[in-house]
Amino acid sequence: MSPNEAVAKPKKNSKFRLFFRLKRRYLAIPYAIFLLLFVVLPMLMIFWYAFTDKAGNPSGEAAVAFFTTPSKWSVLLVSLFLGVQTTLICLLLGYPAAYILANKKLNRNGVLVVLFVMPMWINFVIRTGATRDLLDWIGLSGGKYPWAATLIGMVYNYLPFTILPLYTTMLKLDRSQMEAASDLGANPVQVFFKNVLPQTLPGIVSASEMVFMPVMSSYVISDTLSEGKITLFGNSIYLNFTNSQWNSGSFMAVVMLVIIAITMLITRKFDRGDATARRGGGLW
Amino acid sequence: MVEQVERKEKIKKVFAQLYIWLLLLLMYAPILVLVVFSFTDSDVLGQWNGFTFSLYGKLFRSEAIMKAVGNTIIIALVSSAIATILGTFGAIGVYESNRHWKRTIEFTNQIPVVTPEIVLALALTVLFVFCREHFFPNFQFSFWTLLAGHLVLSTPFVYLNVKPKLEQMDPALYEAALDLGCHPRQALWKATMPEIAPGVFSGFLIAITLSLDDFIVTAFTAGPGLLSGASKISTISTYVQGVIKKHPLPPELRALCTLIFLVVVLVVVALILVNRHRKAGAVGRHQKARMKL
Repeated sequence: MSPNEAVAKPKKNSKFRLFFRLKRRYLAIPYAIFLLLFVVLPMLMIFWYAFTDKAGNPSGEAAVAFFTTPSKWSVLLVSLFLGVQTTLICLLLGYPAAYILANKKLNRNGVLVVLFVMPMWINFVIRTGATRDLLDWIGLSGGKYPWAATLIGMVYNYLPFTILPLYTTMLKLDRSQMEAASDLGANPVQVFFKNVLPQTLPGIVSASEMVFMPVMSSYVISDTLSEGKITLFGNSIYLNFTNSQWNSGSFMAVVMLVIIAITMLITRKFDRGDATARRGGGLW
Repeated sequence: MVEQVERKEKIKKVFAQLYIWLLLLLMYAPILVLVVFSFTDSDVLGQWNGFTFSLYGKLFRSEAIMKAVGNTIIIALVSSAIATILGTFGAIGVYESNRHWKRTIEFTNQIPVVTPEIVLALALTVLFVFCREHFFPNFQFSFWTLLAGHLVLSTPFVYLNVKPKLEQMDPALYEAALDLGCHPRQALWKATMPEIAPGVFSGFLIAITLSLDDFIVTAFTAGPGLLSGASKISTISTYVQGVIKKHPLPPELRALCTLIFLVVVLVVVALILVNRHRKAGAVGRHQKARMKL
């Protein structure tokens, strides 16, 4: 019984209006319907199409095709490999950067962080085109070195997403603990591995989450920079879409959902809620 | 001894600065190259034909690009406005709901956040295709399907931005407004809204950036309409992707990139200045939230 009900006085003695006018919780109805229609239902559709055939009868055709066609499961391996590689490089480059940025003596007012985030607000397709043209210009074209060019493009695009969560955890870094460790005789390497790294582990986990899945599912970057030579999940699903192969496309999407579920189970321990603010969510 | 320590510190500092600026230089290299070569009219990157603004003229005369830019802006504004209203009301409503509903909606809200864009896009497309095959044979992809796609992408983030503001807010405020004679609608507008406004605003900004940058959902769910008329709606992302698939970036797009960069810089500077101003005014409770912005 909320007090707003008490204040409610039937205005034009319409019960209907009384019912709807006053409860704030009814404000969620449009959003709930929206989520049901455009999130829950489509997700169910994915599963429906993944496990039926063209005529709509239940079948494991798409699943069998995925696991028996080498070109299809190689997509899985290539995506996983590129995802891991990009994540590692982003962490190696971004970790020191975030550490420096979180140091108040070196980055007094946080403007440097904004400089790192700013390229993200320029349309990423134009940036990808620019990266490819620049790489072509210096002789590292995707035609000759598809893997290197794609890797550079991925790192370039996802580095800000790595730096941001690392930076927020580094801001909370307890520097007196580090000083205590070195006072008690730990050398800098020990201080790093026994103190700094454990303290920043949640940041590392959420940074990896923000890079790994998007890399695996990306389409534009791999397609443009490798000149169509590297096929990731994104490229594969896109191809299924252009050919209207809904069943095999849906099965690939289901495989992606399974991978997400696995990574979430692994990282749940470290997830303190800020990993959910991904995909631009942490920008502001 | 002390001098030595000081010198060590100094060297460390120089290295740190060097690392940061080198990284920034690499990150900005592709953009800066485009900006520099937008002031010459050569077709290939790296060839300087003398200073001219001709690419900018070419940019504004290109009907296809102007249509794509127009579409992008219309979609971004419409979808982020609707997403903000839907997400804000959703957050207020869910906050007042019982635990069961709260958990259900919050779980559903997380689905688009953790799922890759391409899976969301395919899921929506498959739904529309299913509807066409089984219920509405006349169903067409259009601006409305595209709008639904962008809303799925951005509304959950509005929700996530408003929610913490509601939790920080004093729940008695709304009730006090009612006790003082406000109509519930007035109370919502005058008591709740000002409290959650920073969250609503940052949700709106995220919705705009997500919509502006989106490629996959647009490519999957767009149909004919808007400025594209009878052909499929093109945005900056889909237009540029189409032309760079087989060819280098067309010269006039260098000019477009330069203009976008300029707008981004202006917006960022404005936001920083607004923040400074607010910080100087020390507006208590929301200060922390706005500093994040």
